Amino acid sequence: MTDAAPIMNGPTGGGLTTRNSNDAVSKGLKRRYAAERRFKAYGILAIAFAMGMLGLLFTTIVSKAIPAFTQTMINLEITLYPQDIDPEGTRERQALSSANYRNVIRQAYYDLFPDVTSRRDRRELFDMISPGAVYEIRDMVMANPNLIGERVTVQMPMSDDIDQLNKGQIRKDSPETERRVKDKQIAWFERLENRGLIETVFNTTFFTAGDSREPELAGIFGAAMGSLFTMLVTLLVSFPLAVASAIYLEEFAPVNKWTQTIEVNINNLAAVPSIVFGLLGLAVFINFFGMPRSAPVVGGLVLALMTLPTIIIAARSALKSVPPSIREAAYGLGASPLQVVTHHVLPLAMPGILTGTIIGMAQALGETAPLLMIGMVAFIVDVPHGALDPATVLPVQIYLWADSPERAFVERTSAAICVLLAFLVIMNVGAVFLRKRFERKW
Amino acid sequence: MTPDMNQSIPQDTAGDAPVTQSQTDAVKLKARNVKVFYGEKQALFDVNLDIKANEVTSLIGPSGCGKSTFLRSLNRMNDTIDICRVEGEISLDGQDIYDKTIDVVHLRARVGMVFQKPNPFPKSIFDNVAYGPRIHGLTNSNSELEGIVQTALEKAGLWNEVKDRLDQPGTGLSGGQQQRLCIARAVAVSPEVILMDEPCSALDPIATAKIEELIDELRENFTIVIVTHSMQQAARVSQRTAFFHLGYLVEVDDTEKMFTNPTDERTQGYITGRFG
Repeated sequence: MTDAAPIMNGPTGGGLTTRNSNDAVSKGLKRRYAAERRFKAYGILAIAFAMGMLGLLFTTIVSKAIPAFTQTMINLEITLYPQDIDPEGTRERQALSSANYRNVIRQAYYDLFPDVTSRRDRRELFDMISPGAVYEIRDMVMANPNLIGERVTVQMPMSDDIDQLNKGQIRKDSPETERRVKDKQIAWFERLENRGLIETVFNTTFFTAGDSREPELAGIFGAAMGSLFTMLVTLLVSFPLAVASAIYLEEFAPVNKWTQTIEVNINNLAAVPSIVFGLLGLAVFINFFGMPRSAPVVGGLVLALMTLPTIIIAARSALKSVPPSIREAAYGLGASPLQVVTHHVLPLAMPGILTGTIIGMAQALGETAPLLMIGMVAFIVDVPHGALDPATVLPVQIYLWADSPERAFVERTSAAICVLLAFLVIMNVGAVFLRKRFERKW
Repeated sequence: MTPDMNQSIPQDTAGDAPVTQSQTDAVKLKARNVKVFYGEKQALFDVNLDIKANEVTSLIGPSGCGKSTFLRSLNRMNDTIDICRVEGEISLDGQDIYDKTIDVVHLRARVGMVFQKPNPFPKSIFDNVAYGPRIHGLTNSNSELEGIVQTALEKAGLWNEVKDRLDQPGTGLSGGQQQRLCIARAVAVSPEVILMDEPCSALDPIATAKIEELIDELRENFTIVIVTHSMQQAARVSQRTAFFHLGYLVEVDDTEKMFTNPTDERTQGYITGRFG
């Protein structure tokens, strides 16, 4: 016992402090773990909130956009009387294109409603069919003049108000003065429906046409092509310029006051409001160089200026992150500085540069303000065929439609947003694909 | 400061003497009054050193003594550092390598380098070795290039291990294999001198032994300068050893003499492990 006491004493004497610090640690541990759990919970909450908002955004946009992808059509049997279309029988294009197709449609249409006789009623009746129906018949006849004299069934779009009525966007039980469709028109439409002449089909016009004042004739294709040409110009101008400047600044330029000034200015340029670039484009490209207004080439140049700093900064950090040992290895073998860059540094930095480029391009794709300054906000019906044709772009088109009073433009606005998002997704997928390819090469 | 300089010069000339006497091995690289500055800071003070052909010269000394700096000034790798400045004269076969008429690309083709950390390019094994011959245009035919690659890999003792997977990435090899790949890559350009900057510091003992064996074989065809932290390694692989301390070349002599009977007491102190 006496022997044991000092032995026991030893450890307990030392153990006192040990146990105390143990207690302190275990007490603290609880708090530390609690803090960790709390932090995790905050993180999950934040992500859940962000995902919820994103989900909300997507569901509202997509649910609003869905009706835009269908269009109410009428299947009308029409006799293409020669006396209406080509009374002289010359079959000349000029005559065919200026013929009175309106009359052709009217005759067939009024035949369905023999009881409607008054001039006013007939006009309201005819207003139910889209003004675009005339062009449909004309295009059909011009493509095949042999049809003249024949009896054909043609599918024609109904006007946007009838389309909205059919989709249930216009309530039949609301007072007549508060809606754009008259009671009579509703009754006529129901008669057409009962005869099985009304059909709701996929809205191809939306994907193939340019802009129009008539919602049922308006399409996103013009704006999409405008965006495509603008983005091409932006990419072709900004990517080589940005990569070249980044390489020069990172690999070749001496570090002195000049390069430091340039660096600061590039960083500042990234923070310049985009509309300022639009003013610059207006003053320099359009007024000074006399480039065409509303053209994707000018829009592309302006957006390229805007995108340049983004790509330069991303490319420089990508170049910086290439390990110096690779450069040394190449220099040690006697590679010239340019060979070191083109053979080793640039390929290794490429995935990073591409990511920066895509971020810049995505920014440019969604940009509206600078394009307003250079006239890309104009109402343009034709689908552009090149970077010099007048055009608008997707975000501006969305802005224009959102500004239009017709009820049917609401769903088209949402549909246009969907197309813009699809554009973005395609670009990002392209970037991921390119990255993968560059990475696999090594 | 001055005593150091006084000491280094006579010792160097003393080391020079047997060369001129024997006449068998010519001086490949000659350094005279080499001073290197990093900005304001002087890293090397008046280094005089002769490196003989077909010999392994090892540079030893404590960290920060300037041995790597000296090595890197032998193929002008210091040029890539903006603030670095080299004074004095370094000549390769009697020609000043810092002369304006000397093209640094050509110089590095003659004086190859192997680095501390294995740094193969993230390319295939074949492309790693073929890179040097390709950029220097040593050959136009593919079969000839394949021959060069095979010879280089054989010289680096790597051929048997990689001959079936030349198209695999060089970065997929083990550390020791990677370093031998880097040696093969340097050898493929058929340089006259190979500089090695602590080539085994990142390797395990077995890989180190292989590299050391390799260095001994390479001596037949190349002049080798090796920086090493391991005195045993210097003793094993080199014929001559130079001891650097605080930016001065303290002593240079035959390896055997350096490790058994050094003249300078600082060398003695370093070798016996009293500092460093």
